[in-house]
Amino acid sequence: MNLDFNSEKPIFVQIADGLEDAILTGAFEEGSQIPSITEISVTYKINPATALKGINILTDGGIVYKKRGVGMFVAEGAKEKLMEKRRNVFYENYVKELLAEAKRLGVTKKELIMMLEKGESL
Amino acid sequence: MSIEIKDVSKDFKNVRALNMINLTFEENKIYGLLGRNGAGKSTLLKIISNRIFSTSGEVIVDGEIARENDKALGKIYLMNESNLYPPKMKIKNIFKWTKEFYPNFDTEYALKLSRAFNLNVNKYPRALSTGYTSIFKIIIALSVNTPYVFLDEPVLGLDANHRDIFYKFLIEKYAEKPFCCVISTHLIEEVSSVIEDVIIVKNGEIIRNQTRDSILRTGFTVSGSAAAVDEFIKGRNVIGTDSIGGLKTAYVIGSMSGENIPDGIEISAMDLQKLFVQLTNS
Repeated sequence: MNLDFNSEKPIFVQIADGLEDAILTGAFEEGSQIPSITEISVTYKINPATALKGINILTDGGIVYKKRGVGMFVAEGAKEKLMEKRRNVFYENYVKELLAEAKRLGVTKKELIMMLEKGESL
Repeated sequence: MSIEIKDVSKDFKNVRALNMINLTFEENKIYGLLGRNGAGKSTLLKIISNRIFSTSGEVIVDGEIARENDKALGKIYLMNESNLYPPKMKIKNIFKWTKEFYPNFDTEYALKLSRAFNLNVNKYPRALSTGYTSIFKIIIALSVNTPYVFLDEPVLGLDANHRDIFYKFLIEKYAEKPFCCVISTHLIEEVSSVIEDVIIVKNGEIIRNQTRDSILRTGFTVSGSAAAVDEFIKGRNVIGTDSIGGLKTAYVIGSMSGENIPDGIEISAMDLQKLFVQLTNS
């Protein structure tokens, strides 16, 4: 997980996204423990309140849960939930941007489809 | 629990160094106290910790007036450029000596930090380089365990590795047992992610006092071709610009929510250092 302090995206959102990515790739498996607020804030040199705010996005979404006095764990079914959430924003975040850039570069729809096919065959 | 600074002013002969300062430092929060050289940061910190007296106004610590009040002042530790320890004492003995004044001083922790920073505790402080003098003072400040810790330029002379160790220990300590920590520094970018609230001092007055997140949301950066940027910033509150060739960057106060970004223009977040430079340019 990398944090970009100059990004428009607030740090706590980057923390949440980074942990989600780790769950999606399987770096943190369902049922396994994720790093503590202290570990996250020390590693990235961020205020613990910021780390907590990021983690809260995941607890509110039912992606991770707290075990009192033990730590935080990835919930069962978290991966499926995240995939659904990410699919919903895929169009907004990627497809629209892709089409806008294609338009700027004068890439036609046909060429775009060819590129997608080429990318898929790699 | 808090430190309240009420209507504090300080005159040095005919010069007004601080003018009617009103501030509250709440418990368990990390603050960044920012200002240019001579803005009055160090003077303010010295007044809070009773090293010098204000010309008028009061400092109230957890409800008690702090001036000449040992109980209130025992809750405050100030690390700054002055050296208030016996000159003929080795570092390890200064740790013991400090515990006499600050009973919660954690000697074990101080020795642990000394090892992490590679500080030889058998040395005398005067034999230390600028960087190691800062490290020695940082170690004491992180070990005193007072509810209020003020750090005036803590990373002065520290190399990148040592600054990294410092921030990590500070955050670790704070995450495990929160305290109020006020950091006065010129290295704004480094401290930006660590602090929760930002206080900006200019010419002896407070010009900003808000959360870091909210201060960063007060503005944004626009860059692109000079013509496009000029068109975009027309009628907006621009606090500064940089130009290089035909490219221009403008620092704008205000928000961008819901607006369409014209082609050829890039919007990015305002970073604290840029905002600070623009706000404190005279």
